[in-house]
Amino acid sequence: MTTCDDEPAGVDLAVRAAEYRLDVIDLIRSAGGGHTAGSLSCLDILTVLYERVLRISPETLRHPERDRYVQSKGHAVEALYVVLAGAGLLDRALLGTYLRFGTNLVGHATGSVPGIEHSTGALGHGLSVGVGMAIAGRQNGLGYRVFVLLGDGELAEGSVWEAAMSAGHYRLGNLVAIVDRNRHQIAGSTAEIMNSEPLAEKFAAFGWTVHEIDGHDLVQIEHALSSAPTVPGRPTMVLADTVKGSGISYMEHDIRWHHRVPDDEEYALARRDVENRIAELRGRA
Amino acid sequence: MSRHTAAGLANLEVLDTTLRDLASSDPAIRVLTADSRISGRLGPFAREFPDRLVELGIAEQNLVGVAAGLASCGMKPFVISPACFLTARALEQIKVDVGYSGTAVRLVGISAGISYGALGASHHSIADYAALRAIPGIPVVAPADNCEAEAAIRLAAATDGPLYIRLGKRALACVHGPTSEPVAIEHATRLRTGDDIGIIATGETVGIALEAAEALALGGVEATVVSMPMVRPLDTATLFGVARRVGGLIVAEEHSVHGGLGEACAAALMTEGIPVRFRALGIPDEPIVNGPQLDVLAHYGIGPEQLAALARELLV
Repeated sequence: MTTCDDEPAGVDLAVRAAEYRLDVIDLIRSAGGGHTAGSLSCLDILTVLYERVLRISPETLRHPERDRYVQSKGHAVEALYVVLAGAGLLDRALLGTYLRFGTNLVGHATGSVPGIEHSTGALGHGLSVGVGMAIAGRQNGLGYRVFVLLGDGELAEGSVWEAAMSAGHYRLGNLVAIVDRNRHQIAGSTAEIMNSEPLAEKFAAFGWTVHEIDGHDLVQIEHALSSAPTVPGRPTMVLADTVKGSGISYMEHDIRWHHRVPDDEEYALARRDVENRIAELRGRA
Repeated sequence: MSRHTAAGLANLEVLDTTLRDLASSDPAIRVLTADSRISGRLGPFAREFPDRLVELGIAEQNLVGVAAGLASCGMKPFVISPACFLTARALEQIKVDVGYSGTAVRLVGISAGISYGALGASHHSIADYAALRAIPGIPVVAPADNCEAEAAIRLAAATDGPLYIRLGKRALACVHGPTSEPVAIEHATRLRTGDDIGIIATGETVGIALEAAEALALGGVEATVVSMPMVRPLDTATLFGVARRVGGLIVAEEHSVHGGLGEACAAALMTEGIPVRFRALGIPDEPIVNGPQLDVLAHYGIGPEQLAALARELLV
């Protein structure tokens, strides 16, 4: 469950993250397909990134000094579409084209969509691209930071570790990676499919500064992302513990929701969950 | 050793000198290697521009992904790695991070084709044309000599998009003859003209085709020889012009017979409705025989004598 401080700004952000959950489900239902639970697990991270961390705006989408965000777990693109639209970086009307014939809004992140830096979808690619962007930033003397979101199932791809090694080798302090550690993938838990732990020790051994946080605590997310790098000259790895299907009670921890589409009855339950959560947040404020 | 296989410079050495020349006036040029600066003979570049050579170690997937990131931020990355590894190990990065993403990554496959000869099939790249031709947006260039290699590298630097250059490691004689004009690499070049037979070649098979034509001329058979460095996009105007003029057409390439220049030419000719006696030579669909590059090519019909014999056979 999304948590926040009780300051109005924090509550507003948590309310927005709750509303985004329903937006994601609306989007997926509109086309009858999408990666439901994996989008929900990274939604709080994306909300904080685009609302509080990334130096980017509709006017600076192509500016050389903008911060970069690469979503290596490109299948969770529904979360990205919703957050981009919420931040005013993507025309909300385009959401109506999601998965339609001829659209750019396909089921994985693609660079032809305004606001999306780079096409992903094949797992294990994004961190390398982020390394390149970070090297370019340093060599060009630009102060931007590069953020890359990975899934924990994705970490079985060997190319991730090639990239991790090179980020440590080049001491890329301007690179921040986040693992959406929801501990599930299509066919089961990451522990049973391919255990990638202990991740903190592994990334530390590759030369990264590692922070482990609650990936649904907006304050922890913002602090971890805003303060990076806490050790100059080292890339930052934020291991964000998340819940697959977060915020929708019956989806949480249930791998069937990797890419299942809620029916009408399930949708009503999801709406109730979100409305209850928003009422709870508003009541607290 | 005959004239067109006689020692000149290896295209790799042109790579280094041309990149250094480009880098001296273009601060965006970057060279990315996968522990391939030695095999790519890039020592002088590394010494002159140490900050512009980005070493990624033996990790081709990361090599191409990093290049895509650099390109998206305005750099002009030249990714230099043995063609066999670059175009196979990193094929998905080439597809997604370069082709699909439209990043201006300049891919340079070195020691390409069967340049490594007797080192064995693990080190051959005979499916690279096929693989890259099927990815939208990536031109494929195989220079035949030092002039074409330099032109290809300069074209890559001047193009705001991806491109694949395939370079062998054998020292090559000039096929274009003495000229002060730069080679127009975007188009095929008729290196000699004759109406009996046409031989279209690309990369390091061009010199061999010229030798075959000289042998044929001694017997009164006049051949047109075309250097076709752009495997993609295909220069169909030159192809059709030659095919309409000659009595038989041979395509010779240092690549699998599947998916390369031969199939591309055959498809274009059929689509255009041009009837011509046609043979495509390359590495057939079988485990490749081992040996030095020129011996292996000759074994598969791409030697001066073998090409000449095939030409005579076609004209009977």
